[in-house]
Amino acid sequence: MTGPAAGFAVRLTGIEKSFGPVRANRGASLAVAPGEIHALVGENGAGKSTLMRVLSGMYAPDAGTMEVDGRDVTGWSTAHAIAAGVGMVHQHFMLVPPLTVAENIVLGREITSHGQLDRAGAERAVAELCARTGLVVAPGRRVADLSVGEAQRVEILKTLYRGAKLLILDEPTAVLSPPEVDELWRVLARMRAGGDTIVLITHKLDEVMEISDAVTVMRHGETVGRVATRETSPAALARMMVGREVALAGAAPLPPAPAHTATSADRPALEVRELTVADPRKARAVDAVSFTLAPGEILGVAGVEGNGQTELVEAIAGLRPARAGAVLLDGRDVTRLTVHERGAAGLSHIPEDRQRRGLVLDYSIADNLVLGQQRLYTRRGALDGARIADNARRRIEQFDIRPGDPAAPARTLSGGNQQKIVVAREMGRDFSVLLAAQPTRGVDVGAIEFIHAQLRAARGAGKAILLVSADLTEILALSDRIAVMYGGRFAAVLPRAMATEEVLGAYMTGAAGQAA
Amino acid sequence: MIFLALVAQTVRISMPYLFASAGGVLSERSGLIGLGLEGYMLAGAFTAALGSYYGQNPWVGVIAGVGGGMALALLYALCSIRYKADQVVVGVAINLLAVGATRFFLRLVFRSSSNSPRVPGFSVVETGTGFLALAHNPLIWMGALSIPAVAWLLYRTPFGLRVRAVGEHPGAALSVGVPVPKVQWIAVALSGALAGLGGAYLALDQHQFSDQMTAGRGFIALAAVIFGRWDPVRVGFACLLFAAAETMEIRLQGTSQIPGQFVQMIPYLLTIVALAGVVGRAVPPAALGKSGD
Repeated sequence: MTGPAAGFAVRLTGIEKSFGPVRANRGASLAVAPGEIHALVGENGAGKSTLMRVLSGMYAPDAGTMEVDGRDVTGWSTAHAIAAGVGMVHQHFMLVPPLTVAENIVLGREITSHGQLDRAGAERAVAELCARTGLVVAPGRRVADLSVGEAQRVEILKTLYRGAKLLILDEPTAVLSPPEVDELWRVLARMRAGGDTIVLITHKLDEVMEISDAVTVMRHGETVGRVATRETSPAALARMMVGREVALAGAAPLPPAPAHTATSADRPALEVRELTVADPRKARAVDAVSFTLAPGEILGVAGVEGNGQTELVEAIAGLRPARAGAVLLDGRDVTRLTVHERGAAGLSHIPEDRQRRGLVLDYSIADNLVLGQQRLYTRRGALDGARIADNARRRIEQFDIRPGDPAAPARTLSGGNQQKIVVAREMGRDFSVLLAAQPTRGVDVGAIEFIHAQLRAARGAGKAILLVSADLTEILALSDRIAVMYGGRFAAVLPRAMATEEVLGAYMTGAAGQAA
Repeated sequence: MIFLALVAQTVRISMPYLFASAGGVLSERSGLIGLGLEGYMLAGAFTAALGSYYGQNPWVGVIAGVGGGMALALLYALCSIRYKADQVVVGVAINLLAVGATRFFLRLVFRSSSNSPRVPGFSVVETGTGFLALAHNPLIWMGALSIPAVAWLLYRTPFGLRVRAVGEHPGAALSVGVPVPKVQWIAVALSGALAGLGGAYLALDQHQFSDQMTAGRGFIALAAVIFGRWDPVRVGFACLLFAAAETMEIRLQGTSQIPGQFVQMIPYLLTIVALAGVVGRAVPPAALGKSGD
């Protein structure tokens, strides 16, 4: 592995990086040719982000060598990486919301005159950069007021302002609507044409096929292989990522709805009537939304994040008060009931943010698995450790949670396994209606496959499922009907057969919203 | 005449608040809670008296006051930034330490449990409304300038931009190469220096140090920071408002049916009202108090 590095913009060899007992990178390697768009794929927890943070100087590797443009840069600092033209756009934006676009871009490399900040100069420099790169955003606006797509443009501009020639993007499309994704691809293609090199971290294989020139696959902290994109296929990549055959979302057609759905016009499992929800910033985060959900049906709710999906789900779950309207579970009005009472009435909820809502990170797997139902696991008023442990062993086995130690704190698990705890708890108990909010966000391919199978099985068993997801592939793969949420309302509710990504994309941006 | 006298008294009373809250704004905008302002101020008052006594010159006292406030602030920075201890716990400890340490050294140096001997100050004999005495005290000018100076530093300098970024999103600042801990150390040290000046003002104005002489002024300054929503100019006005209320209380003493204690509550009541979101929303710097993460 010590051949000449010439010809590669980046060459990482034998990178080791541990965080306490967790070995995030175990001898990982990466070779990126100059002027290519290189996709770095792998399941969550495969060590992609860690490897790229090593490359961008945020982490020093424990072992291994790093070369950029043929120069040994092992263990350099962020400042050195920036100076050498390596810039990283993080998955969670590294922007300061109350500051302006220009202030965010020049931060750390301020333009000054006589020791004072030169605001006009900064805004001018940013405007020029916008004009030159085609990434347009008003320099004087506050970042807090930007859309997600605009914020991402600021992130890219930030790296370009520092003279980045090698751009690392960590899951850049996770928060974008389809048109914004197309826009991003155009920007990246333009940068490639200008001779820049791009490393794209993703786990969406269609993106890999669409935009990249070469792919490196990682699994369990190791590099599995490097292939040219045109010589591979999504199935082959998925096999490399997981180490076995996987059913990709959409590959298996949804079985016809169970027979009883057709006749269940009698009483919907969940009915939402004119539900309006307020939030601190918007008076009507959810604006008079009505729908019904039949037993054995999956209603998918698509939409760009921040259009009221979170508030809708939380209001139905009882986490947020409804300003107006009603929620009926199995015909019974539960609008004024508490979360616990709704749970007892048959409502189950996989929250969108597992770390904030779904888990107590410092609790053990076993304790997290009985959270909210702990009253069922007591003996004479005290928690019954034996039954909790017994429950944990069964669920760990059934849902393949790793590591399988019931006493392990949830914090030490990967995102996918944390999510499995939540899914195991919420789907392992008695319920008639399931609210599944972003059930596979930040979860690896293997776990996605598993969770999708669970959702399909629940549907087959006559459960009603409200599936909220920012991932259109997931919505299209699982739903019987699809609603698109825009500006707090359902812009459209379509049967699966009529929904395509193009149609949904148009409703998601509000372009086709008026028709509904 | 009576009005001018009231204004003069308000200005005098506002001085420790202006100094300490100017420091508080800097510290809090960098993400570090200014809970120790009271302690910095008390330490500054003592070292100022000490300096002025031994140097027989109030300027020596001023410099010593800055040093005393800064010393405690650096201890706070060491615990909170370097060792990532909980800021509230450290802040409370700093305040208790300041009370104990000043009392200890008061006994050790001046053999008294209540106050130091008379030390040189800046004041001249008071005449008329008291404005002449104000104008002769350079600390008054420094106090008046402390708020604009902090505003300039925060909004017009690269350091200020970094302070604001660090207090809101240290990760973002770090990712673009801003040395986050260093920025915080400097902000906290400056807050200690400013609060120390507030203490020096008190000691030199009264020509002595007396046990616990700050009497909660650091907390009122912190209340002003919050009431002023972390914006230096608004904070300056909050200090003046609190000082005016205190002036009224002193003037009304004995003549009014309202017990003075109620007037003393005003700053805290207003702060609670501000925090409850009655007059616009008070949004603290997003990363305030989170250096332990």
